[in-house]
Amino acid sequence: MTAVADRYLAEFRAFSGNGAGSAPAWLKEIREGAIARFAELGFPTMKQEEWRFTSVAPIADAAFTLAHTPRSPLPAAADIEQLCVGAGPRVVFVDGRYVAELSTATTLPRGVRIGSLAAALESGSGSAGDAVRAHLARHAPWQQSAFTALNTAFLADGAFVHVSAGVVLDRPLEVVYVATGGVGTGGPGPTVSHPRTLIVLDSNAQATVVESYAAFAGGVYWTNAVTEAVVGNGARLELFRVQREGPKGIQVATTHSRQERDSYLALHLVSLGAALARHDVTNVLDGAGAELILNGLYLLGGAQHTDHHTVIDHAQPHCVSHEFFNGVLAERAHGVFNGRIIVRPGAQRTDSKQTNNNLLLSTEARADSQPQLEIYADDVKCTHGSTVGPIDQTQLYYLRSRGLSPEAARSILTYGFGAEILDRMRHPDVRARLDRLVRERLT
Amino acid sequence: MTGRGKRETGKVLLEVKDLHATVEGKEILKGVHLTVRAGEVHAIMGPNGSGKSTLAQVLAGHPAYTVTAGQALYEGKDLLSMAPEARAREGVFLAFQYPVAIRGITNAYFLRAAVNAMRKHKGVEELGPVEFMDALEEKLKVIGWDSSYLSRPVNEGFSGGEKKRNEILQLAVLDPKLAILDETDSGLDIDAVKTVAQTVDKLRRPDNATVLVTHYYRILTHIQPDVVHVLAGGRIVKSGGKELALELEEKGYDWLREEVAVG
Repeated sequence: MTAVADRYLAEFRAFSGNGAGSAPAWLKEIREGAIARFAELGFPTMKQEEWRFTSVAPIADAAFTLAHTPRSPLPAAADIEQLCVGAGPRVVFVDGRYVAELSTATTLPRGVRIGSLAAALESGSGSAGDAVRAHLARHAPWQQSAFTALNTAFLADGAFVHVSAGVVLDRPLEVVYVATGGVGTGGPGPTVSHPRTLIVLDSNAQATVVESYAAFAGGVYWTNAVTEAVVGNGARLELFRVQREGPKGIQVATTHSRQERDSYLALHLVSLGAALARHDVTNVLDGAGAELILNGLYLLGGAQHTDHHTVIDHAQPHCVSHEFFNGVLAERAHGVFNGRIIVRPGAQRTDSKQTNNNLLLSTEARADSQPQLEIYADDVKCTHGSTVGPIDQTQLYYLRSRGLSPEAARSILTYGFGAEILDRMRHPDVRARLDRLVRERLT
Repeated sequence: MTGRGKRETGKVLLEVKDLHATVEGKEILKGVHLTVRAGEVHAIMGPNGSGKSTLAQVLAGHPAYTVTAGQALYEGKDLLSMAPEARAREGVFLAFQYPVAIRGITNAYFLRAAVNAMRKHKGVEELGPVEFMDALEEKLKVIGWDSSYLSRPVNEGFSGGEKKRNEILQLAVLDPKLAILDETDSGLDIDAVKTVAQTVDKLRRPDNATVLVTHYYRILTHIQPDVVHVLAGGRIVKSGGKELALELEEKGYDWLREEVAVG
């Protein structure tokens, strides 16, 4: 155990000894297991295959302290508004803690809940309480990942979204995580928060959820996020995740979804921020007839480094997964994509498609793309492809031959990488908002 | 080398003189002469590898080709010194033999960007999405398409025939003065060839001209060319009226090679 890891253990003892003590026994037990697992695993190194392109030295070598309470002053409501798609229901967390004043509790249809996990844990009863108990920390693999373990060990609050069976909701529900770390005065140095999100759609429910991460911080801080999403039989979830961490921010995240029979999940990941970002995404298709769209976009510049490791696990037959990741990398940015598709024995009639296209806008930008197919069934359709390269000269000439200036042509071709991903988004308001974000970044 | 006995009434739109061009160091065009006047339709025929597409691409400004000698004047201006976009804005249009797919960009977005680039150049107000769609509806009818093609990414997942039709849609929308169609009829079924021909015919005016680069006679049964040229070995070896195309259809190209060799 390193000195840094020891500090997290000490912090955990302090954490479990005071404020977090009100948690139910089952959760305390999970936390104890998670911190023990973290102590065993330690932070990964580049010698590990899964981490060979991404160094977490900036985390392992620094002294991040737990962000206990939001540093004052709180962000202004208007600034939060800027980050949101609409004026609809939202929960806002500052440095990992729920802030009621910034959240909007509009009237929700019966059977829809969006709120803080802490509140759901306290109430403990009813269908929401049951859902939390059944799913919280049951999916994201804290036994395998040091980061998920650490998040789970410090699990105290986060967002809880629950849509009861058969309830159809059109308005997007928003979960906003804001970091203010690195700007406080007289603080003990850079902070870490462990945002936790649990989304549960019961059978035949339908909802749109936007999970966004942003910062009002120019300094160094670390967000260690974990999201679990459970999509019940016949349920449909469109989940957007927008990452706009600060320029010196670090984000490590795990998203784990589990889909039941005939369910539909569209998971859209838009990564724009952070100096260093790593996102492990695991989607388990655990019921026949389930469909998954995993749709990602990373737009990077400067010295940004973003690493997506995705696993699509076809555990049952007749499931469809379509995965698309596009990257646009400028200046000295580095994008990593590792896409693993597992087709379990018996998962016949699997239809799986994966593509990763990377546009390099400078000679110093870099993209590493690795598909990994593990197929243990024989009656399946699996395709994958990836590209890495600069602007295509033939495309450029084609556009110029239609009267567009070289600059306009380049801009259109670059935007096309984003537009291809945006086009798969269904909710019109969210798509329009993200389209604006992408345009601002690319043009 | 214009057609014999032609009414040379329109003003000269394009004048190519002794054009030589290379690609990757290999000379493809070896002294092409061609004069196209407003109001005319020219057909350039010839065997594979004779330089037909090279001529088309050189006129449009493809960066892979190097002009080593000769000139091309468009409305009296030095076409070859102009950037591809400048040529387009001045009214030169090339329908590509192999249209290029553009990921993520819808046909509507692309067409509007092109139209507005031209309008801006002319100092005319640019069109918003709604106005543009209205203007487009008419053009779609011309090529017999519904608007579903507009929301699809440019040429992506299009069949060969759809790509060619999309070039013709661009032709109709951009309304150039000089249209060069590079084997637009290749790989099309007979109905599609007819649509292409009819569209070109409809767009024909006294102030514009079309150069049809083609391998086949059949499109010429729907369009009356004023002049037919035979390009072989990087030169125009023979020019004539429509009857020349028919002769080529019957006799092939070999007799011309002999004629050139002897003469």
